[in-house]
Amino acid sequence: MSFKIVVLAKQVPDTANVTQDAMKEDGTVNRAVLPVIFNPDDLHALEMALSVKDKIKGSEVILLTMGPVRATEIIREALFRGADRGYLLTDRRFAGSDTLATSYALSMAIKKLWPVDLVFTGRQAIDGDTAQVGPQTAEKLGLSQITYAEKLIDIDDSSITIKRRLGRGIEIIKAPLPCLITVNQSAPRCRFRNAKLVMKYKRAASISELQERNEDYYQLFENKPYLKIDEWGVEDINADVNWLGLSGSPTKVKKIENVVFKAKENLILSDNDNDIDNLMKTLINSHIIG
Amino acid sequence: MENFFLDNKSLKFHLNHHLMEKIVRIKEDDFSEKDIYDYAPQDVEDAIDNYEKVLEIIGEIAGEVIANNAEIVDAEGPQLINNEVHYHPATQENYNSLMEADVMGMTLPRKYQGLNFPILPFVMSNEIIARADASFSNIWGLQDCAETINEFASEEIKDQYLPLFSQGKTGAMALTEPDAGSDLQAVQLKATYDEKKEKWYLNGVKRFITNGDADISLVLARSEEGTTDGRGLSLFLYDRSDKAVTVRRIENKMGIHGSPTCELVFKNAPARLIGQRKLGLIKYVMSLMNAARLGVAAQSVGIAEAAYREGYKYALERYQFGKPIIQFPAVYEMLNLMKAKLDGARTLMYETTRFVDIYKGLNYLSEKRPLNQNERDELKKYQKLSEYYTPLVKLFASEYANQVTYDAMQIHGGSGYMKDYPIERLYRDARITNIYEGTSQLQVVAAIRGITNNTFREKLNDYNSQITHPELQNLKSSLIKMTSQYDHVYSKIKDTADQELLDFHARRLVEMMGNIIISYLLLLDTQRDIQYLSSAQTFIKYANAQNTQHAGLITTMDDEDVCACKNNFGIE
Repeated sequence: MSFKIVVLAKQVPDTANVTQDAMKEDGTVNRAVLPVIFNPDDLHALEMALSVKDKIKGSEVILLTMGPVRATEIIREALFRGADRGYLLTDRRFAGSDTLATSYALSMAIKKLWPVDLVFTGRQAIDGDTAQVGPQTAEKLGLSQITYAEKLIDIDDSSITIKRRLGRGIEIIKAPLPCLITVNQSAPRCRFRNAKLVMKYKRAASISELQERNEDYYQLFENKPYLKIDEWGVEDINADVNWLGLSGSPTKVKKIENVVFKAKENLILSDNDNDIDNLMKTLINSHIIG
Repeated sequence: MENFFLDNKSLKFHLNHHLMEKIVRIKEDDFSEKDIYDYAPQDVEDAIDNYEKVLEIIGEIAGEVIANNAEIVDAEGPQLINNEVHYHPATQENYNSLMEADVMGMTLPRKYQGLNFPILPFVMSNEIIARADASFSNIWGLQDCAETINEFASEEIKDQYLPLFSQGKTGAMALTEPDAGSDLQAVQLKATYDEKKEKWYLNGVKRFITNGDADISLVLARSEEGTTDGRGLSLFLYDRSDKAVTVRRIENKMGIHGSPTCELVFKNAPARLIGQRKLGLIKYVMSLMNAARLGVAAQSVGIAEAAYREGYKYALERYQFGKPIIQFPAVYEMLNLMKAKLDGARTLMYETTRFVDIYKGLNYLSEKRPLNQNERDELKKYQKLSEYYTPLVKLFASEYANQVTYDAMQIHGGSGYMKDYPIERLYRDARITNIYEGTSQLQVVAAIRGITNNTFREKLNDYNSQITHPELQNLKSSLIKMTSQYDHVYSKIKDTADQELLDFHARRLVEMMGNIIISYLLLLDTQRDIQYLSSAQTFIKYANAQNTQHAGLITTMDDEDVCACKNNFGIE
């Protein structure tokens, strides 16, 4: 028994270090000016996938991400921690995808990798915070799904048992395989980079990266095929271009504004109903609540 | 995210010294393994990049895990349960994190699953870890045991045990006994050979053994019945899985609480001989001790780095008389000297490590293939430098760690005396560094020979010729003056041909020499990177003043003072 495990991960802007021009006029993220990191929840997902691999020898962990060429970085990060290989979905026609279009693309890529036993991903990404991509991908693939996973309890050749961390307590769930699992930040932290794997994979790269650096990759990949990180475009995953990018995304951002919290004046209220009533009206009218 | 490698630019600076190329080439033997192991480097640049990347991982573990655990480890320490040592759970977490990162066996050959790194990156890892928790650097630093096995044990023992070290088994060196501390020739623990079973057995007691209940221990024992000196001692390997040693107690120490210091009772403990009989102390333990001394130097620099940072931070935050106390001359003067000592100890340490690396590297190479004349000369040269620089750096770094932690606590005032700030722990942890692995007084005994045989003095000429930058000529001329002052003082002592007088002043002479060496090294560092100018200037001025004081004492305190001193205590 051995499993093929896919980890869905995203390279995200480091929202702890956001600057003024973080968003573009059209409401999408201005990636160029932001430092980027491996989405934190996805690192927990990677750890859970690797812990399955530790238990079930011979299993394979594949990192799948969608993004610009730069996102290859997180595939290398995953290789440094024990993933076996990775795929970068990169194509101009993926750009501007919302959660629906993204989960469509990811599900098509997973189909291409089929048969897959397990898919792990973080509960949500720190840029969009929707927590939709995992569940939507499971739906599109017709897989069972377990969300809010905190701990891998047990796994055998046909099922997985997971402890979920919910708002009001915990729940232990057993699901048949194949299955998609979204992992909470309360799950065990991702293991540290492995020294030998870092030395082995530090030169792993996608062809686009090497072309950007003007390096000759033919000999490198000929001698060390494990250094090649594969890139897939729309055709590689047999996707319908109409369901991708802006055209495949029903989510439209109406407006983006910078909100700067600053107390300008104090409002002194008495405890009579009239004052409270007026305050509520003001808050509702200014769309602060409601 | 705290990273104790990335946040300290000096580390990368010392990792990129020009001698590293030579060290890498020797260690990798012309990159003979580049197509055999997927993690072996392709060239010098690739190798140094590997060291940086791996130290970055260790820096992250130090900053994110070990440093956060230091306080609770210090407060609670390890436990003795059924005569076995149990690390504090947080110490165990530290260890597991490093195992997870697969960085054990850093200097071991790849065929034993090691990383095949030179000693320098390993010493650097020790510094990084000691900054986070000095007590944990003891456990980490005992990888030195594996290095000694690799150097002297039979192929059979190496094949069996070295991969275990790479997989994370812990080590200990069991040398000290109740009546054999500084004087290891007095070791009594008995090794007897059972002819029938063709096996060695150990009986006796060891005391003050750091990490005493380790998986694998190197034990110094008397194998030659009837002998009383060092020539009757051999080195043995004891494997804890044989369960023939009990831990009688864990010592209750002033500092380094996380590191269990044990009293061990060997009861017919089966053991394996390392190398040849009778060479235990005179060859193997000397080598092991030298590695351990470098380890203590690294631990000292790590503690000093942590203490300097704590002192600096507090001086910025603490307001008195309406301003942060760093603005008072009494405080910034102290911090400035602390920084100079820290940079000075560190540069001496990495200089020493480079010498050891070249010497040990060539030594290994000589087992694989005959060395050419040039290589043989280099081996000799660097062996000699290693021999005298090692006690010198152990002396300076450990004394500085004490001085820097003392001053850092002083900056904290009353708050620093409370357990509320890390400086209180650092101060206690520093205190052992100039005691164990040979007291400062014993380091002087070893280093003074580098003075009497001119090894240090010749090296000064070499350093002097390397200072070529026109703007450093003023500082250089100060050092030339300090050197002639030293020459004058030393020749005066030498001319008396009075051994006791030399021993009486030995520490002052060694300190004068050390001050000049560190000054030169800081100037050389400044030549490479201007950020060291301030430390160089400060250090040279203080060193000059201290040397003048020492010179005054050496030239005025003669054999009559030595006699008077002895008379005070009724010494013959």
